[in-house]
Amino acid sequence: MSLLSLENLSVTLRGRKVFSDISLTIGPREVVGLIGPNGAGKTSLMRAALGLIPSGGRSSLAGLTPQQRAKAVAWMPQAREIAWPVKVEDLVSLGRLPHGDHAQAPVEAAIAKMGLEGLRKRRSTNLSGGEQARALLARALAQETPLLMADEPTAGLDPAHQIATMEVFGTLAAEGHGVLLSLHDIGLAARHCTRLVLLAEGRLLADGAPEAVLTDELLARGFGITAYHAQTPDGPVFQPMHRAR
Amino acid sequence: MLRRALIGLLLAAAPAAAQDAPARVVSMNLCTDQLAMLLAAPGQLVSVSTLARDPMSSAMAREALAYPVNHGQAEEVWLMQPELVVVGAFTAQAAAQMLERLGTPVLRLEPAYGLADVPARLRTLGAAMGRQARAEALIADFETRLTALREELLRRPSAALYYANGYTTGDQTLAGEILLAAGFDNIAGDRGGGQLPLEALAMAEPEALITARPYPGASRSEEILMHPVVRRLRAAHAASATTGSDWICGTPHVLGAIDQLAAFRRELETETE
Amino acid sequence: MTRALAFLLPLVLALSALSLSLGPADVSLPESLRALLLGGDGPLPLVMREIRLPRVLLALMIGGTLGLAGAAMQGYLRNPLAEPGLLGVSASAALGAVLAIQTGVSAAFALALPLSALAGAVVAVLILIVLAGPRAETLTLILAGVALSAVAGALTQLVLNLSPNPFAASEIVFWMMGSLADRSMLHVWLALPFMAVGVLLLAGVGRGLDALTLGEDAASSMGIDLARLRLRVVLGTACVVGAGTAVAGAIGFVGLVVPHLLRGVVGGRPGPLLWVSAAGGAAMLLAADIAVRLVAPDRDLKLGVLTALVGAPFFLHLVWRSRGERA
Repeated sequence: MSLLSLENLSVTLRGRKVFSDISLTIGPREVVGLIGPNGAGKTSLMRAALGLIPSGGRSSLAGLTPQQRAKAVAWMPQAREIAWPVKVEDLVSLGRLPHGDHAQAPVEAAIAKMGLEGLRKRRSTNLSGGEQARALLARALAQETPLLMADEPTAGLDPAHQIATMEVFGTLAAEGHGVLLSLHDIGLAARHCTRLVLLAEGRLLADGAPEAVLTDELLARGFGITAYHAQTPDGPVFQPMHRAR
Repeated sequence: MLRRALIGLLLAAAPAAAQDAPARVVSMNLCTDQLAMLLAAPGQLVSVSTLARDPMSSAMAREALAYPVNHGQAEEVWLMQPELVVVGAFTAQAAAQMLERLGTPVLRLEPAYGLADVPARLRTLGAAMGRQARAEALIADFETRLTALREELLRRPSAALYYANGYTTGDQTLAGEILLAAGFDNIAGDRGGGQLPLEALAMAEPEALITARPYPGASRSEEILMHPVVRRLRAAHAASATTGSDWICGTPHVLGAIDQLAAFRRELETETE
Repeated sequence: MTRALAFLLPLVLALSALSLSLGPADVSLPESLRALLLGGDGPLPLVMREIRLPRVLLALMIGGTLGLAGAAMQGYLRNPLAEPGLLGVSASAALGAVLAIQTGVSAAFALALPLSALAGAVVAVLILIVLAGPRAETLTLILAGVALSAVAGALTQLVLNLSPNPFAASEIVFWMMGSLADRSMLHVWLALPFMAVGVLLLAGVGRGLDALTLGEDAASSMGIDLARLRLRVVLGTACVVGAGTAVAGAIGFVGLVVPHLLRGVVGGRPGPLLWVSAAGGAAMLLAADIAVRLVAPDRDLKLGVLTALVGAPFFLHLVWRSRGERA
């Protein structure tokens, strides 16, 4: 069973072809990291998959009605926008909006999972960046969708928060959800994703296990860098070192 | 008292009195236009204001067709080479000052605040135009006819003057005195002009409602004259009168207004009997 | 929300009663209520039913819908400075109303007045939303509002000055500041259907506005149809502002002050804020209309003077704060 399948997806923005012919399937228990240089179209790929922007080809999500889609996938845009000073618990409750219920259990579970118990009555606009990111992730969890998509969920977070966030995705996958993330941090991607998708040169360059995607050749081609890598008992470690000549 | 003193001052300021009459007179104000038309010797009045031809405002619109009009601007009036310019006390002041600087004698004539001001204004302007005899003749005629119009009355019906924006005028105004002379009691009482709240009008229940004829082109200000309360007051009584061009200026034409309004009162009394 | 309404609704009721008992005709509240409800002889029932009742009803309707529209616009644009009066929506509605009156269309067909005001408001809201873009910057919003207000005000003035009617030129004050004096039930019936449609349209936006707290992308991914939400906000706001302005002129600041004061009460959530703001707007306009009659009983002091005196300091405060956020 796949949670998301893309067939020959292509996106053109303002006359410029961003990428074309991308086919991809994401199933349960996967944490898929979407990597690629700036401008490769990671965000566009996810938004097109959601049906938020027009695209060629087919996405299994874009065909759904907005209501069905909201129950199939939770989406966290990169901009952590919180327009009004709503309480943290009210912010998390927004995740129940697509279901039209006021079920407390999923909200409480999400608050607990993100360790927000102490902050629940605080105004979310007064929180630190890391706390806001946690609250917004809790909102997505409360939506209780099989698939979670997040654009740069670790951007702007300190290392501890980055690790904590990635661990939440791991837990979600272990519970049977599917996760698709765009990431800039190759090290984080290698360490926490079950699978990586490399997007560069307007197409899908590689799709597979982290070690299979983060080869010297693909890193040089995709990012123009060389990286140090090692195998540790906790998994692979990748550290970008130089720009490739 | 103050008003009398002011008129005295204006008289003193008027161009070197009556000996040599100004040959070319220009009037720049609706009310002075009409007074000047009544007083002028043939050929003496060169121009009147453009409002003088407007039948909504001017009691002498037809007569005014015989004169070229001005628009209250200093330049056009200066080019008419007037020997005397007549303006109202409150209008066209910038133009009047400009003409004075250029050496043209200017007479500022106060508006009439009551019936007694009508002879006074005729006299002032008559003197300035060198037409004292004509002025005295008009005054004598005015006073005889006014006395004839005033009647001894057993009962004075109550009336309200009601204009756009809910404005009314009390006894101490020209319109108020016209109302009194025609045998009505003004519910606005002994005062000048001001707003009469619609509610106060409704509570006073005047027997007659005297409103202004609406101007062409719509306006929100006149909408109040169509308010259900005003309409019901009008409907409750046989008729309501409208004020017209005779009411606006202190000229002998106000006698026409009094005459009409008195006729309206008699009509009202026979219907209520 | 229920707690806020439990306080606001009795307040609105009390202010309505106070407003009904206020007027040049000196009668007690019980007496005036009896005349209002049971009628009777003399001029008092007429005064109550044709002068005071429409005044109270219009204050309730216009204040309530201005509060509602202010909350809706702020929620949609995600900016606490969005307000129909400030952003030129009311001024554009006034232009529409003036055009309907001066061309004589409204005399031939009464509904032309609110319809034309509505059209003016629609154009203004659309321009604002297009200019503001997906993320309404304070500066862009205010500049767009200044431009819209200036153009609408100038055109209104032009139309009134060109009118052959000598009173028309002096009416710019009414259209820019608004007044409830000497309105009749006719005006109530004229505005009511449009306000009802506007309220119905805005009634459905609460969920969408709540979701928009997280931005357009997130809201859209939560199943909110943004195009429909925008259409509802535009038409709903235009309906209520157009109808209100057509009969009472442009009354500013109600839609700014009320949501701002009450936002804390509903925990910042834009959806519940809609209804609380509606109740608060009604209370504010009733209070303002009572105040204009107490401050200057025998002059037609314009409502907008009071709402601006109260509202402008709030506005400055908000500008100050948004300046701090950017720095």
